[in-house]
Amino acid sequence: MSDEDEIILSELDDDELVQQMFDDLYDGLREEIEEGVNILLGRGWQPYDILTKALVGGMTIVGNDFRDGILFVPEVLQAANAMKGGMAILKPLLVETGAPRVGKMVIGTVKGDIHDIGKNLVSMMMEGAGFEVVDLGINNDVDKYLGALESEKPDILGMSALLTTTMPYMKVVIDTLVERGIREDYTVLVGGAPLNEEFGRAIGADAYCRDAAVAVETAKDFMARKHNQMAAG
Amino acid sequence: MPRPSDHGGQARPTDRQGGAATRRRGRAARLSERPAAPAATLSDSALLARGYDSGGPAPLLILACGALGREIAALIRANGWTHARLHCLPAILHNHPDRIVPAAAAALDAIPHERAILAYADCGTGGALARLCAERGIDMLPGAHCYAFYEGVEAFGAGDMRAFYVTDFLVRQFDAFVARPLGLDRHPHLADDYFAGYERLIYQAQTDDPVLTAQARRIAARFGWAFERRLTGYGALATLG
Repeated sequence: MSDEDEIILSELDDDELVQQMFDDLYDGLREEIEEGVNILLGRGWQPYDILTKALVGGMTIVGNDFRDGILFVPEVLQAANAMKGGMAILKPLLVETGAPRVGKMVIGTVKGDIHDIGKNLVSMMMEGAGFEVVDLGINNDVDKYLGALESEKPDILGMSALLTTTMPYMKVVIDTLVERGIREDYTVLVGGAPLNEEFGRAIGADAYCRDAAVAVETAKDFMARKHNQMAAG
Repeated sequence: MPRPSDHGGQARPTDRQGGAATRRRGRAARLSERPAAPAATLSDSALLARGYDSGGPAPLLILACGALGREIAALIRANGWTHARLHCLPAILHNHPDRIVPAAAAALDAIPHERAILAYADCGTGGALARLCAERGIDMLPGAHCYAFYEGVEAFGAGDMRAFYVTDFLVRQFDAFVARPLGLDRHPHLADDYFAGYERLIYQAQTDDPVLTAQARRIAARFGWAFERRLTGYGALATLG
């Protein structure tokens, strides 16, 4: 292979580098993403700008192509793995630099269900979008959700299920919130392969989110409404 | 770090759009991508990707998942169900549950029958297959998963959530049905993302086949799972005809 076929990231200008990072995220190249992040930091970029402009921008393309059937789960996981590499560098710096926090989310897969790929993608994309995320993992019963809501005081509760047999448990959680008079304290978002909008409405969730990108947009939308209400109040 | 350029350094969106020459493919190219017609032979590869049709006419249409094709065909032969026509949709539809209902509805419309039975469980359709059956007045297999009725839906219950269930078909087709679609052939490390919550493999054997049992054992070992074999036979399938 000739030298002309090689890309030296450090020789690219900022715009070219960001575009190349989109490419590298798309191809799931973790080391290259880490290198790109470090180069931009070295050039004085703010961690928050790298996160939103390079990483989230790139993952948005990945998300869109997943939605459109151009990419499939393995490629999305590879891209997510590359993004995680970049996030690991940026996370401590984001805390130091006081990057804006959009909101807080508690998320978990429901009782009886151990599937967490979609949930993990949502967690990562939410973090990328500036949310603080508390991930409860898999197989969560109602007490675990309630305990986390009480201790973490999030804005949003996210629930995920992959199985037809486990998705009704989301209603158990929501009904319990209603019984305790705390349903309106949280935005409840639900997702998972067998779910749809109709199911989300039927169980009393605020929204069904088809994929991670939609989850982020929906969460931001609800946070904006909440701020508007507070400003109006 | 120097590395080969896959995209000539151009941004991905620009690459994807490309010039007119790369975007124009024409109808012939699209048509060539259409799934082939159902096969007339019961090979595993056909059942996975194309489906199967035993031919007709026959008053009873058994519309089945390709993953059950060989088992149902064996029952048709063993029990002499000459009144039944078996039509299998491609088993790979399982990886896209939203495509199962339109495919089943199209097959019910296209194939003449007096009575039909849907040999699917819910299979991730979120109740949509049950609604289709209610609309058409046809029966379907009980339960959430098509491996539940081998053991009997009641005995199976909710299943063991930390168990990965395989049947004869899935053992034979594990690479084509599971490993390759999940990218494990190209990215073996993704097994951690997919399977971290699983602890054991339960092989529901329809037939007593030492070769398949050894294969199932190897799948369990590949992912570090404990192995259990249950000789279930055909379960509720045996009453289809």
